[in-house]
Amino acid sequence: MVDFFLEKFSQISWLTGLPDGILFVLAVILIAIPIFLFLAVNALVVVYAERKISAFMQDRLGPMGQGAGLHAGKWGLLQTVADTVKLISKEDIIPAAVDKKLFISAPFIFFIGSFITFVALPFNQTIVAANFNIGIFYIVAVSSVGVIGIILAGYGSNNKWSLYGAMRSAAQIISYEIPVALSLLTVVMLVGSLQMQEIIKAQDGVIWGFLPHWFVFKNPFTFIAFFILFISGVAEVNRTPFDIPEAESELVAGFHTEYSGLRWAFFFLAEYANVFIVAGVASVVFLGGWQSPIPGFLEGSGWGLVWFLGKAIFLIFTMIWFRWTFPRLRTDQLMVMCWKYFIPIAFINIMGVGLWDLFVS
Amino acid sequence: MEFNKIIESINTDFKEGLLPIGEEAPTDHIQVSPEDWGELAGFLRENDSLKFDSLMCLTGIDEGTEEENLGVIYSLHSMIHRHKLEVRITVPKSRPVVPSVEQIWRIADWFEREIYDMFGITFEGHRDLRRILLPEDWEGYPLRKDYIFPESWHGIEVPKMKEGWE
Amino acid sequence: MGVEHDHELGVIHAEEMVLNVGPQHPSTHGVLRLKVQTDGEIITKIDPYIGYLHRCFEKHCENVTYEQCIPYIDRCDYIASMNNDFGYAVTVEQLMGIEIPEKVEYIRVIVAELNRIASHLLAIGTIGLDVGAFTPFLYCFRDRERILDLFEMLCGARLLYNYIWVGGVSHDFPVGWVEKTYEFIDYFEPKIHEYNELLTYNKIFIERTADVGILPVDVAISYGVTGPNLRGSGLRWDLRRDDLYSIYDQFEFDIPVGTGAMGSVGDCWDRYYVRVREMEESAKIVRQALDQMPREGDVHATIPRKIRPPKGQIYKRTESPRGDLGFYIISDGSPIPFRIKLRSPAFTAVSCINEIARGWMLSDVMVILGSLDIVLGEIDR
Repeated sequence: MVDFFLEKFSQISWLTGLPDGILFVLAVILIAIPIFLFLAVNALVVVYAERKISAFMQDRLGPMGQGAGLHAGKWGLLQTVADTVKLISKEDIIPAAVDKKLFISAPFIFFIGSFITFVALPFNQTIVAANFNIGIFYIVAVSSVGVIGIILAGYGSNNKWSLYGAMRSAAQIISYEIPVALSLLTVVMLVGSLQMQEIIKAQDGVIWGFLPHWFVFKNPFTFIAFFILFISGVAEVNRTPFDIPEAESELVAGFHTEYSGLRWAFFFLAEYANVFIVAGVASVVFLGGWQSPIPGFLEGSGWGLVWFLGKAIFLIFTMIWFRWTFPRLRTDQLMVMCWKYFIPIAFINIMGVGLWDLFVS
Repeated sequence: MEFNKIIESINTDFKEGLLPIGEEAPTDHIQVSPEDWGELAGFLRENDSLKFDSLMCLTGIDEGTEEENLGVIYSLHSMIHRHKLEVRITVPKSRPVVPSVEQIWRIADWFEREIYDMFGITFEGHRDLRRILLPEDWEGYPLRKDYIFPESWHGIEVPKMKEGWE
Repeated sequence: MGVEHDHELGVIHAEEMVLNVGPQHPSTHGVLRLKVQTDGEIITKIDPYIGYLHRCFEKHCENVTYEQCIPYIDRCDYIASMNNDFGYAVTVEQLMGIEIPEKVEYIRVIVAELNRIASHLLAIGTIGLDVGAFTPFLYCFRDRERILDLFEMLCGARLLYNYIWVGGVSHDFPVGWVEKTYEFIDYFEPKIHEYNELLTYNKIFIERTADVGILPVDVAISYGVTGPNLRGSGLRWDLRRDDLYSIYDQFEFDIPVGTGAMGSVGDCWDRYYVRVREMEESAKIVRQALDQMPREGDVHATIPRKIRPPKGQIYKRTESPRGDLGFYIISDGSPIPFRIKLRSPAFTAVSCINEIARGWMLSDVMVILGSLDIVLGEIDR
């Protein structure tokens, strides 16, 4: 996308005079702002959806408002807007005994981790903020930056409960990186390239005449790999059933107990950005990204965007569904599941994918 | 087991003539002195025909402002034989000391702490006798009949007038 | 956790951490403070501190009359207050030697069992909440609301009723109450399958609660633990059958015990499952009582004009949803009690938490506390 913008700039006369460095920075800012806005809107919409869906699952109504007045709009649509306004206008409280540098920098680091992962996701055939040729590798690498933010938040809060949450979270995220990377590796093996757009283009066509040639259907081993990726992704973003770090009933709020107002809003924003990223990566790699589910039809540029967002939204709905149905696992059970079950299965998947591709197809 | 048989068993197997029998003797409880209680409690628990393995309730009483005694009442029950027994111990207010039975029935740990808190009766041999319901630095024993309510605690005044309550 | 630097790098000491759970904490079922010593995540010692909700109930009762004690007794175990009043009324009636009419007996059993269902619904919902399952909590509360609506129709109050008086009850059933109760029991019995599907047989829930916090029977008896906690450890002991009071011998019901179906006998799952099954049994009792109850009769017939028990002492216990609730009442012949002692079942449950939670992890402490089903109003009085 940067090249696209630089090209456009070269066509505008009064911009060509500026040095290249400044043009580059301008292009990057022009890309970053829509991404930030998308993340903000994503947080608003997903939070509203979560509250409403959870309410209907629990036999109640959720945020509601009837008609005119300063209510939360019809069906509570303005509820998250009201929440945002409240969070922005809150007093900025920094407890006296915290380590100020760590406390203040933690939410930003956590947010940056999500933001920079976001830039590699392809929305449709042409819209992708940065089309790296090491796309998948880049995503796996930078998604770990968020852990630093969590640890700084927990340690810097000078609170035993936050420390507990941060330590559990760090252990969890680092452990679940491995099944994620191994499952992504199965697809990279089949495609032969780490670039995201190549992976999506390789999912063109049909299997058995009617099923789209998505990697989730191609091979029984990639089918299993999809589930391993998805569940490990849920664990990566600290959602129930893996939300021990923010377990409300044990640790009050885990690593972000001491945060309030806008700082807490950053954690919140980043968490929902992570949710989207997990859904996005899973749908790009296994569900065909912007490819249409009906091969041959509805394949325009606009449709690509619709399909990608549709698949991501479906996976987000599944994550919300998980959260309100399952209890949470204890830390050691979580670790056992990762190290004793997921990683061996992921290794077997890699072998299986290779052998299947060699002998069967 | 019937009440008289329990008395008989205690009188024969534990200590001869410990409990009175006859017309004057009470028919629903036994009165024991603090000196005998320590060992009697163990006997009541271990003896096979009695086997009182459950301490249902431990009540402290203050016999009154004119009286000079405090009391402790043990309500015992046997899960195996399904019989009950009530043991009463009276101690003078000047020296309220009773042997502790918390090693015998583990619930006595907390029951005795509560009685210490409310009545001021000390249980000898209790490993951790401290207040349980009231704060550690409270003065006085509230359930005694001659208890005087404090005027203030840590600077918080106790309101006497009820104005403004209607 | 200060910023001091330890310059002696020879020996690294691993100290035990002392954590405070509560008194304000989303999971401690009231204001309870647990001073927990942990070695990493493993608990080495728990010291419960109670008394944050102490309201001097026993001292109050020495200054008011026997009738005026009943609202105080309601407020002790505020979740099952019908059962509290029931125990008190039965004790004073035995002290005074009052015989109450049959209709009153049936009414008391019906409301006590309905309150038992409501209390167990809350217990089940909150153990789900402690484990992280938010939805069963709301389903349980939805059904609890229907019971509270029935009680509101009966005596005007939702939580603290002042309904069962010494010698009778305060109101007779209003018109239409019996039909509404039948409707509720018909609605409720299939709902238990819903809870079982969502929570009881959920693999994650079983992993969190099976084999955790095992309470052996002899430890339970020594600590005075009774009720569903004792039945979860395998001993079939229920005061409604073993220490009979009121008319419970006229109903047919089972007494569920823990069998170690998912783990060991006496673990959290067993205690939880005993409560689920007890709700079914209570529904059966309510149905039988409604069928057998005489429709005519005066509920105020045997309420004495002035409650003045003869000089004497009595200890009587009844089965509340948490265990055996005992009242030791000493009367000196005046209308004001000399001493009332309430022996609360949750008090004994909290006292044994050090014994059963040692060696488990911090997350398990919440689950164990949830499975013991305590209510602080009763513990602190």
